[in-house]
Amino acid sequence: MTEKLHEFVEKLKAENASWVTDVNEAHGEVTVTVPRESIVDVCWVLKTKHGFDMLADLCGGDRGPEEEPRFEINYHVFSTKHYNRLRLKVLLSEDDPKVTTVTTVWKTANWHERETYDLFGVIFDGHPDLRRILLPSDFDGHALRKDYPLRGYEPYSMN
Amino acid sequence: MGLENTLFESLPDVVTVKLDAVVNWARKSSLWPATFGLACCAIEMMNTVSARNDLSRFGAETFRASPRQADVMIVSGRVSRKMAPVLRRIYDQMPEPKWVISMGACATSGGVFDNYAIVQGVDKVVPVDVYVPGCPPRPEMLVHAITMLQEKIMKESVKDRRDTFEPESRLSIVPGTLPVTEGTALERETEVEVAQNEVSRPYTIPSRHERRRSS
Repeated sequence: MTEKLHEFVEKLKAENASWVTDVNEAHGEVTVTVPRESIVDVCWVLKTKHGFDMLADLCGGDRGPEEEPRFEINYHVFSTKHYNRLRLKVLLSEDDPKVTTVTTVWKTANWHERETYDLFGVIFDGHPDLRRILLPSDFDGHALRKDYPLRGYEPYSMN
Repeated sequence: MGLENTLFESLPDVVTVKLDAVVNWARKSSLWPATFGLACCAIEMMNTVSARNDLSRFGAETFRASPRQADVMIVSGRVSRKMAPVLRRIYDQMPEPKWVISMGACATSGGVFDNYAIVQGVDKVVPVDVYVPGCPPRPEMLVHAITMLQEKIMKESVKDRRDTFEPESRLSIVPGTLPVTEGTALERETEVEVAQNEVSRPYTIPSRHERRRSS
């Protein structure tokens, strides 16, 4: 199963060698680490040339305030034609948590990116409507960051 | 020969009674709860009106989906921070007289959810008349809460429960509601407009009996 996925990775490398910085295989799943400048290009090539027509999930991760790079964005892409799953990963530092949006490739990334922005504070450049989706719009902070206190920054009040 | 004929023979034509007593008796005998199921407590609330527990014995079985037609709000379940403004707006929409039952540990104190997402007690949002402990409370406990509320209604005065219209309440805004109500990016207010509205529009107007209670 994973041989086929490695073929896609090789094809990506053949397209542009700088697109793939790291390849990791675990539990029959292949994760490709991509530099953040080229994530849109990689997604576009995967969608148009290799049949990954569906963005199954887009989620963030916080490794902790002491880690560098601190944030990671995971793109789970799926091919309904060939039934392949691939994971792309972008690493972001805490000082500059910005990545270009992939709403231009898959429309479904819109709400996923809003959720990731809402809970981790990662900015998606070029997003058409980047605002909170789960937490109230007047919420203070980003709740899924590791340094966010469990009870929030301040007690709840109606005003 | 029905019962009424016997009564008419034995009773006088005019009975004098305290206005509070007769109005409160009418109010407590026909409580219409607003359907406000938020979590697992709502299952027990539904069970309370079912055949086994039969809340209609106490005159409170008519659940209404519209707050305009209800006078008891049974907050059954945990209230998230995002739900709190919605809850308050529904409470504001209910006509006087109105009462609130806080059902279960989560609505009363946040319960096990001691975190940023859950309001630690619904009494931070609306004035609560009866608290029901339990996780979730049994239907019998909710029935008991209804009867306790009925006892409380009998001690009230009619004057305290006038439906007050505050002109500024029309302008009140609800921050942090569902994103659907915020409109698209084009329709959204500019920052200047938001700043102006924060000054001129109060969040909510406390009802008359709520103000008297806090003073």
